[in-house]
Amino acid sequence: MMNEPALNGMAHTEQDRSEPLLRAGNSNCGGCGMSNLMQMLRRAAAERELKLVIPACCAAVTGGSFPESAFSIPTIMSTFASAASVANGDASVAQLNGEETRVICLAGDGGTYDIGMGTLSAAAERNEDILYICYDNEIYGNTGGQRSSATPAGAATTSTLHGKQETKKDILGIMAAHRIPYAASISLAHIDDTLRKLQFALDARGFRFLHVLSPCPTGWKSEPAMGIELVRLAVRSGLFPVFEVFDGERYVLNVEPEFSGEALMMYLSLQRRFRNTGVTEESLRPSIERYWNYLRLMSGRIVPARRNV
Amino acid sequence: MAVELISANHAAALAATLAGRANRTARGFCSGVYPITPSTECMEYLCGQEIEKGKVVRADSEHNAMGICIGASASGARSFTTTCSNGLAYMIENCVAAAGYRLPIVMSIANRTLGPPWNIWADHGDSLLMRDLGWLQFYSADIQQVFDTVLCAFRLAEDPRVMMPALCCMDGFILSHTMAQVEVPSQEQVDRCLPPTDIPHRLDKSAHTLGQMETPHQSVVHRAQHHQAMLNARQVYAEVQDSFEEIFGRRPADPLVSYRTEDAETLIVSMGTLGVTAERVVDLLREQGQSVGSVRVRMFRPMLDEELRKIFAGKKRIAVLDRDISIGFGGVLWGEVRGFADPSAIVQNYMVGVAGGDVRPEHMINLLAELEQANESGAPRIVEVA
Repeated sequence: MMNEPALNGMAHTEQDRSEPLLRAGNSNCGGCGMSNLMQMLRRAAAERELKLVIPACCAAVTGGSFPESAFSIPTIMSTFASAASVANGDASVAQLNGEETRVICLAGDGGTYDIGMGTLSAAAERNEDILYICYDNEIYGNTGGQRSSATPAGAATTSTLHGKQETKKDILGIMAAHRIPYAASISLAHIDDTLRKLQFALDARGFRFLHVLSPCPTGWKSEPAMGIELVRLAVRSGLFPVFEVFDGERYVLNVEPEFSGEALMMYLSLQRRFRNTGVTEESLRPSIERYWNYLRLMSGRIVPARRNV
Repeated sequence: MAVELISANHAAALAATLAGRANRTARGFCSGVYPITPSTECMEYLCGQEIEKGKVVRADSEHNAMGICIGASASGARSFTTTCSNGLAYMIENCVAAAGYRLPIVMSIANRTLGPPWNIWADHGDSLLMRDLGWLQFYSADIQQVFDTVLCAFRLAEDPRVMMPALCCMDGFILSHTMAQVEVPSQEQVDRCLPPTDIPHRLDKSAHTLGQMETPHQSVVHRAQHHQAMLNARQVYAEVQDSFEEIFGRRPADPLVSYRTEDAETLIVSMGTLGVTAERVVDLLREQGQSVGSVRVRMFRPMLDEELRKIFAGKKRIAVLDRDISIGFGGVLWGEVRGFADPSAIVQNYMVGVAGGDVRPEHMINLLAELEQANESGAPRIVEVA
């Protein structure tokens, strides 16, 4: 059983699927956010019939080698750019045969933001019956930690040694622009909100997209046990907004941050990827403010973007 | 059996439609398609069909068209797509995957020159990119063959002793855009010819992972199994021909089409529609008293080495005509078959009709006249035709 203290209260209960989706003995690094996500998905999915499509990413490695598998459900490892199209084929055949199977793509940020973007966009445009989950560790983790378009400005990677210059792509904005039935960001530190979203997304039909900030101690140069705390800091500081978008138009903000400067400072200082790259609390503040102004505009919530805390 | 006047693109799509409907009692039919000249009419035709328990997904790229076919086939459905040229080149990563998963997807190719420079005319260089990937490969010479080959390809690809994807090639425009009368069987006949698709390793209920990591030893074992299954296709194809003949009352073309070879001293070896021209040239030269024959390699993968050795035995001169070029080497077909000739034979490679050149009988007659004068095999020659 993978019920580690790091799961932060996410203990195994009788509501959970009888078998973990990601079994013990997998090769994920300690403190991997994707492991936590799979544990939460286990509870949310309960005994629903599932199929998994995994493109090249850490999940493809952690599945282990033939003939064993760390995944307890039927799974296909697709080519890097093809998760959503392979899932499209799976979901279409399930539909033709009147099956209730939920087809889930589990893809990293490289396979989502970068190489798989066209595929993702096409499946979303056709509103295929797929639940697409991007576990975003903001880096090409599998290949040793190169920048992706999900890497935030100021993060050092093996291909941006002095810190990435460009800002992170707005993936939920892109997905919302496809007017898909459901797009949401998920915080691993907010379990109730996460479980609710996972369950909603599992039961909804059409294209559903979930974005998960997934701590990566190896790439972020952070303490494995600090992963969920880092996500909490990212949420509290306003750096990672937790919200959902229905049909591309109804924006709902789920967690109101404190916009805490201390949280932002802690978030940066607990990860060595931000060390000596010039990124500071002050340098991040304008972009946080800008994005939250945009979110408030979209959600229609008249709450000041900045509070005195 | 009805007779319809259709193009080869439509013949391939019609065969796929009938095959798709035939799987309605099993897990149905699902296909991802994307247009490219000169394969477009094949996907358009498919998009216009009503297929019971069938879905044709209008994909956003060839890469994803094959991705959709992979997902569909991995879920147990019958699957088909079509492309060519740079579309095939763009798709190829997923073609590698389809073969690696051992999924019996059938694909129609209207062979077209790879670009740039951009050229839409017939050349086998596109499908020959797939030579080593573990796909069955057929090259048709007329429109009836295109139709028959697609049906046979489903049967062959889905046979448990073979279980791998299949490529059905036709020369772009020369076949894809010309029309001829095609005998089209009834749905009931196709149902009998194609049993329900059964992919034993499909994703079903069990916790089974398809396409996961392997150690070198495991991969080599899987390669060996794939290789053996491909070799099995030679025998299985003969069985498919028998069964086809029993149900449809006519026999689909042989994997190697020999024409007046038995008493011939000189052979022309080719693929696709070049072979039809070669057969006319054989007739013309025979009238002039020359003992010439033609061999058309219809099944290119698996390669029928034993059979070709038998046909080549005792032949003095062999002209291998390639509508392709492996730059820095010569013709791909020549490279494959030259070793099957007798050591004393003169085997000359002519790359003719490359990039869509219109190869007419007089071109072949001139080449054979030159070959008759040769004392030894020369370097591969690129022959320019208008």
